[in-house]
Amino acid sequence: MIKGIWWKILGLLLVLYSIIAGLLIEVPALPVIHQTIRNLFYHVPMWFAMFVMLGTSLIYSIKYLSGYKVKDDLMASTAVNTGIFFGILGLLTGMIWAKFTWGDFWTNDPQLNGAAVSMMAYLAYAVLRGSIDETAMRARISAVYNIFAFMLLVIFLGVLPRLAESSLHPGKGGNSSTMEGLDVSMRMVFYPAGIGWILIGFWLLQLYMRKRALIQGVKL
Amino acid sequence: MKEISELIRKDFLLELRQKYAINGILLYVFSTIFVVQLCFGRVIDDQTWVALFWIILLFAAFNAVSKSFIQESSSRRLYYFMLASPFSVIISKIVYNSFLMLVLGVMSLGLYTVFMGFPAFNLALFLPAFALGSMGLASALTMVSAIASRSGNNAALMAILGFPVVLPLLLVLVKSSQEALKGNVETMQILSLLASVFLIDVVIFVLAVILFPYLWRD
Repeated sequence: MIKGIWWKILGLLLVLYSIIAGLLIEVPALPVIHQTIRNLFYHVPMWFAMFVMLGTSLIYSIKYLSGYKVKDDLMASTAVNTGIFFGILGLLTGMIWAKFTWGDFWTNDPQLNGAAVSMMAYLAYAVLRGSIDETAMRARISAVYNIFAFMLLVIFLGVLPRLAESSLHPGKGGNSSTMEGLDVSMRMVFYPAGIGWILIGFWLLQLYMRKRALIQGVKL
Repeated sequence: MKEISELIRKDFLLELRQKYAINGILLYVFSTIFVVQLCFGRVIDDQTWVALFWIILLFAAFNAVSKSFIQESSSRRLYYFMLASPFSVIISKIVYNSFLMLVLGVMSLGLYTVFMGFPAFNLALFLPAFALGSMGLASALTMVSAIASRSGNNAALMAILGFPVVLPLLLVLVKSSQEALKGNVETMQILSLLASVFLIDVVIFVLAVILFPYLWRD
């Protein structure tokens, strides 16, 4: 983990800035989306944070398999839990957005289905951990499944939506990318929001990790 | 190589000795297809045909492959552990299960055709996709069965761990079959669809072979 407090303050400031500026700046008047485009600053960073958390978990799982250190396993599972938390937030903010632009909380969109299935894979990871009693065995087997789950995440959120024939999400299924339609003032909020939420994610991870390490008596 | 072929031979011998297992799966497939025929009637549109076929094959695969590690008792596992390298164990299991799935798939396809008819597929796309798909399902589920066998209640875990893992493959397979329904598909598109099925197969196989040794030791 990174030392110091500066990155936590930076994360807080960036998130605060993006929340306030996201509500205040001028946004282009586009058909269908209108003002709901502001949700871009709240919805998309959740997925960024989730991806980074689950990526961290993948790295620690690989580290566990190459060194068998208990703290790496604890880190991998904590990072998955934090990732699931952000994934659920991403689904909820996305569902609200979908209700106001596409008219329904859930649509049969490759991106949505991919997100749901990857969440299922990570929830299965949590169940798998719960079902094995022996600590070393649990750590090893869940690390193996975690690597599979990350592969699924990449396939479902990175590959399949782009191959799909039609999608409601930008940049997928032949739609133009988000970045092309994003004007400068929106980028000035969007990127800080992404970085800010990722930093907050690491902070959450650190706190959660310290708590679990104390309970389980693992030295960090 | 010798080790792998011996292990595959052992799996075949076991299967032939306990014929009830394979017969049970065949009866299961037959019952499912029969139920489909009773529920849907004989005439269904082609899209439904494709969807039902892959769902039937998916459940048959779960039943056929899930026993591959779960059936082995822990003492026998220890015995293999001393004799063979983990790579030969997983490769032999995958080869054997792929073969089993291909046989089972061809039989289900035959039965399904008898009961529900056979749509006008572009066979140059459908048959290779079907073969690659059966092998992919077999290797993914072999690995999941290895994971599930090391934990407590493995029947339920097999299902919840397995579904996310086989879904990308299943989606690409359904998509290829639906493309194959369109009649004249361009060669380029056939190749790109088959390539995506093949790529997923390879990714699953490589991951399984790399990660299996970690599951194998105690």
